[in-house]
Amino acid sequence: MKIIVCIKQVPDTTEVKIDKETNTLIREGVASVINPFDLYAIEEGLRLREEHGGTVTVLSMGPVQVIESLREALSMGADEAILLSDRAFAGADTLATAYTLSKAVEKIGAFDLIICGKQAIDGDTAQVGPELAEMLEIPHVTYVRRVHGIASGQITVERMTEEGSEKIRFPLPGLITVVKEINEPRLPSIKGKMRAKKAEIPVWSASELGTDPEKTGLQGSPTWVKKVFTPEQKGGGEIFEGEIEEQVAKLVRRLRETKIV
Amino acid sequence: MEYFLTDVQLEIKELAHRIAEEKVRPVVHELDESGEFPWEIMKVLADADLFGVYIPEEYGGLGGGVMEQLLVVEELSRVCSGVAVSYAASGLGAFPILLFGNEEQKEKYIPDIAAGKKLAAFALTEANAGSDAAGIETTATLDGDYYVLNGTKQWITNGGEAEVYTVIAMTDKKKGSRGASAFIVEKGTPGFSFGKKEDKMGIRASATRELIFNDCRIPRSNLLGREGMGFIVAMKTLDRTRPGIGAQAVGIAQGALEEAVKYSRERVQFGQTISSFQAIQHMLADMATQIEAARALVYATARMIDSGVKDFSKESAMAKVFASDVAMRVTTDAVQVFGGYGYMKEYPVEKMMRDAKITQIYEGTNQIQRNVIALELIKEYASKKR
Ligand SMILES: Cc1cc2nc3c(=O)[nH]c(=O)nc-3n(C[C@H](O)[C@H](O)[C@H](O)COP(=O)(O)OP(=O)(O)OC[C@H]3O[C@@H](n4cnc5c(N)ncnc54)[C@H](O)[C@@H]3O)c2cc1C
Repeated sequence: MKIIVCIKQVPDTTEVKIDKETNTLIREGVASVINPFDLYAIEEGLRLREEHGGTVTVLSMGPVQVIESLREALSMGADEAILLSDRAFAGADTLATAYTLSKAVEKIGAFDLIICGKQAIDGDTAQVGPELAEMLEIPHVTYVRRVHGIASGQITVERMTEEGSEKIRFPLPGLITVVKEINEPRLPSIKGKMRAKKAEIPVWSASELGTDPEKTGLQGSPTWVKKVFTPEQKGGGEIFEGEIEEQVAKLVRRLRETKIV
Repeated sequence: MEYFLTDVQLEIKELAHRIAEEKVRPVVHELDESGEFPWEIMKVLADADLFGVYIPEEYGGLGGGVMEQLLVVEELSRVCSGVAVSYAASGLGAFPILLFGNEEQKEKYIPDIAAGKKLAAFALTEANAGSDAAGIETTATLDGDYYVLNGTKQWITNGGEAEVYTVIAMTDKKKGSRGASAFIVEKGTPGFSFGKKEDKMGIRASATRELIFNDCRIPRSNLLGREGMGFIVAMKTLDRTRPGIGAQAVGIAQGALEEAVKYSRERVQFGQTISSFQAIQHMLADMATQIEAARALVYATARMIDSGVKDFSKESAMAKVFASDVAMRVTTDAVQVFGGYGYMKEYPVEKMMRDAKITQIYEGTNQIQRNVIALELIKEYASKKR
């Protein structure tokens, strides 16, 4: 199995401030860590490798200091790490990030599974994973809390939904994003740390990836952050009971009432 | 203070610190109450490669020495000394094999100990033989290709949990202290069972248990060194591990100091934090100074041992005595800084005071250590080395 894990380096605090001028995050003076959800992604990659053999490649886009986070991933046991870094990538939103990652995945070549954390704690969008899958034209499943198994080119996973869970089987290559319920990330080992310290981490730039400058960095980012807030909790929904025909009739009536159709 | 640790030593210290904070601290109280052996934490330490820090690379270790081991013990002990001693006692069981084992014995036992797959233990003490180790009554009688062990060892750390035991037994009672020998005994050997598990004042997460040998037959090849070398094996091992007790003591004291400083800045009496009282400030200053002195002595001793010098009984005894006495004083003062709250189990320092006490007792009481130091001093003067 060739597994790719995408990680992001984030500020070591949930209290990030926004630069009023550019409406982007102020990162100076804040210690950086691997996005906590990505630790679960790394751990799941390592566990799947232990079970099925193969390799785990960790991929990250960001400034050169992200090398430190990649070294941490290596010290946990990842086989190799690659940094995507170029001034042209700076200021990327989720779309431009996913595009850049997709070019890197193409450059890596054949793979079986991409694992991402469910979201980054600094942006909270949960978009990069799904966008990356779309760009690569592979199936994806989000909020995975358990991988049941991988057999004959198919993976079976359980994903969390607001109401409960869904069990889904889909063909590989594919992408999953994982939630913290999936595992407990391991700590690095001393031998892992020593190995990570010496490891060569290639840095791929825009020219090496052959990225379209219109699609990377600030230029390739249509997102404009106006305000950051926590959305209100959605209501519990409504359950229609009775025979299937009855349920459908009720639903259609309801959709008409609320002018949805 | 800057101790000029190497990069690897810093990595070891940091990782041990992280494990202590993330994996040990949340369960300290629970472990102290239940006295349950911390297997989950042992597994984490094993996965982190920390059981192999002092073991040569050829046997799967990281190739460090006593210094590397101390750093782990100190960091764990700062949070829970019971966990720290469970880790350290495996080293106590492994050193006799490392120091006196033949190639075959080392290859058979050390890699699993280095990987933390198996814990080790060291068994010398008996009900009637504590400080007077030469009084042991457990016997090992040669019978063809086997030694037959009979007797009971008492208060063996990691007893019942460890897989590999280094056991000192008499092969020739007539020869007195020259009649003891050291053996490797595996858990599960017929005739080898475990007795009473002790309910202790402190280091409650660690297992302290009786080993019972009842016509226990072990292969002759499990003899360490030669017959009659038992006490040499024991003494050389303990010389090497005593700074570890010093590190344990420094760790406990450091933990207590940190708690005391923190508390003194929060507790308000007479309208001000108690840290503004000079009486408290001086207590904290003395605690910190003593800890630094103890740490410096412990590290210096470890480095001396790792440098390969031959004789270090005196320094090793000094490191153990000094650091353990410091730990006892510092933890007592930490309770004093906390006042009545310090006496309560809801607060962390009473446990540290209970834990500190053992460091003055085991691996040779502080009285016995002072005997060793004095004897060496007198010997040195007598031989006019100075
Ligand atoms: C929690 C715990 C864990 C232990 N783990 C192990 C282990 O893993 N393996 C192992 O082999 N042993 C172990 N021991 C045993 C430990 O090493 C002994 O308790 C210690 O050596 C002291 O022996 P004793 O308790 O019999 O005290 P005693 O020898 O009976 O001493 C009682 C008192 O008399 C003093 N005293 C004795 N002789 C002299 C003297 N000549 N001069 C001055 N004062 C003297 C002592 O200092 C002490 O104050 C453990 C003990 C405990 C409590």
